[in-house]
Amino acid sequence: MTTMTHPAAQDPLLQAGGLGVRIGERWLCRDLDLQLQRGECMAVIGANGAGKTTLLHTLAGLRPAAAGQLALGGRAVQDWPLRELARFRGLLAQQQPDHFAASVLETVLVGRHPHLGRWDWEGAEDERLARAALADVGLEAMAARDILSLSGGERQRVALAALLAQAPALFLLDEPLNHLDLRYQIAVLTLFRGLAEAGRGVVMVLHDINLAARFADRIVLLDGHGGARAGSRDEVLQPALLAEAFGHPLRRAEVEGRVLFIPE
Amino acid sequence: MAASPSIAVGHRLMPGRARAGLVFAVLLPAVLAAFAWALTAGDLSIPLAEVANALFGAGDDMAARVVRELRLPRALATFACGGLLALAGALMQVLLRNPLAEPYVLGISGGAAVGALGAITLGAATFIVDASAFAGALAAMLLVFGLAHGDGSWTQTRLLLTGVIVAAGCGAVVTLMLALAPATQAQSMLFWLMGDASSANRPWPALVLLAAGLLLVLPLARDLNVLVRGELAAQALGVRVRRLRYALYLLASLFTAAAVSLVGTVGFVGLIVPHLVRLLLGNDQRVLLPVAALAGGTLLLAADTAARTAMAPMQLPVGVLTALIGVPVFLFLLARHPGR
Repeated sequence: MTTMTHPAAQDPLLQAGGLGVRIGERWLCRDLDLQLQRGECMAVIGANGAGKTTLLHTLAGLRPAAAGQLALGGRAVQDWPLRELARFRGLLAQQQPDHFAASVLETVLVGRHPHLGRWDWEGAEDERLARAALADVGLEAMAARDILSLSGGERQRVALAALLAQAPALFLLDEPLNHLDLRYQIAVLTLFRGLAEAGRGVVMVLHDINLAARFADRIVLLDGHGGARAGSRDEVLQPALLAEAFGHPLRRAEVEGRVLFIPE
Repeated sequence: MAASPSIAVGHRLMPGRARAGLVFAVLLPAVLAAFAWALTAGDLSIPLAEVANALFGAGDDMAARVVRELRLPRALATFACGGLLALAGALMQVLLRNPLAEPYVLGISGGAAVGALGAITLGAATFIVDASAFAGALAAMLLVFGLAHGDGSWTQTRLLLTGVIVAAGCGAVVTLMLALAPATQAQSMLFWLMGDASSANRPWPALVLLAAGLLLVLPLARDLNVLVRGELAAQALGVRVRRLRYALYLLASLFTAAAVSLVGTVGFVGLIVPHLVRLLLGNDQRVLLPVAALAGGTLLLAADTAARTAMAPMQLPVGVLTALIGVPVFLFLLARHPGR
């Protein structure tokens, strides 16, 4: 494994207190308290436009919070030098803008940027990590392909591989399942679940409540009116809360020991 | 498309210093050959040995003076301008994340044209025309920056739209000046607009800017590779995106202004050279930027030599030749690499 930045292994990867996120005059969430320890997966769910992406960008330190404190690895987010922060937390953006031709391997190597000095070129170790990341998302045979010739799902997996090559301690994933078929949806979530269990942390914006129920330990539910609820899976995933947040009634069912939420 | 990588993609599989070195080993002889042609060819054909003697020896005959006082300054100036234009084009393409971007897209050349044609209208001397073009380019650059930056959003769409509108406005003023100009002035205005290096005899500012510009840009090259992946991704990877984009805009604009005020609005070099390099070598800015600068300089130098010798004693505007050479070469390469 690469050298990850461990400011202090016992500090929570992510800790927010009284966090408020606002776009213009509109509050997306207020007074949000949340904590993510190493080993945990957190899902952010909520209706369209509720502010999931904006919250994720705030947690990544890419936009300032309107209120409250946010610490990553025990250090206030504004105190992190940018490159060091980029070695500690990585973000999968919701969209992958591809305007210029580039090989898949080259694109994945971009994830190594924060690990390299200003005059460094990617070396054999970086290439090894990039190829391992490609293997993790099932693209090892496509290293030489031009990204412009890939399908949407393949591009999404390239972006995931770039994030894996970045090798942060904290993964922030904005809709990681975009464009993925069923098989890769499960494979990708299983992969990140495994990375969490190996001592890293994952926060992911998901649309599928049932996948959130299956893969996340902790849930943040945005109700779209400035309210946010963070807690364990069982605290937050309740039909009444979900129905209110999504504006549609749901029923809770158990099938072979697994909790499912079925829209009415 | 099948999973068989084309040769070009194979080249780009892995960026590397070794490959970059190989590229320069191929490119440097081309640069030297272009200079050799430019210094030997012309109304007075001067053998290479005499050129070398003029440059390094003490020759003081007619041929030596032609080389030292006419051909060398012009060759250095066109080389520097070609390099600056190609570099500016490559930077604009990253800044706007648009493969169709080129140095003139944001109105810099329009401002320069208004300045230059205004000076020609007043019958000013060559160096006043150059200075006036530079002032016009800087004015357009500040105008576009101010307007695009107005509300602090500074998105590439807003920047692009502002630049295109300012360019259109300058175009209208240029057309007006052309329409009102007497025939003798209209001819030199047209030559300026098409790009003409015949009066480019003060190469040093452009050469110094090209060298300094490369030194400034190369340390940022990997940041640019990241920026190509999107602003958000770049920010998340530790790049100071806003500062980087200001720097890109400023440098690309300065490069363009310097080149345009020396040789006029030579077309295609800034659009086509970065694309040629990208098609052949990939989009790694650490390779692309220096190679584009050398290739752009070489192309413009060769084109200018052709322009002044092809129909001698008449001198063609070099911008016409860059278009005539650039377009078919580009189309050929595009046809070889479908899907780009």
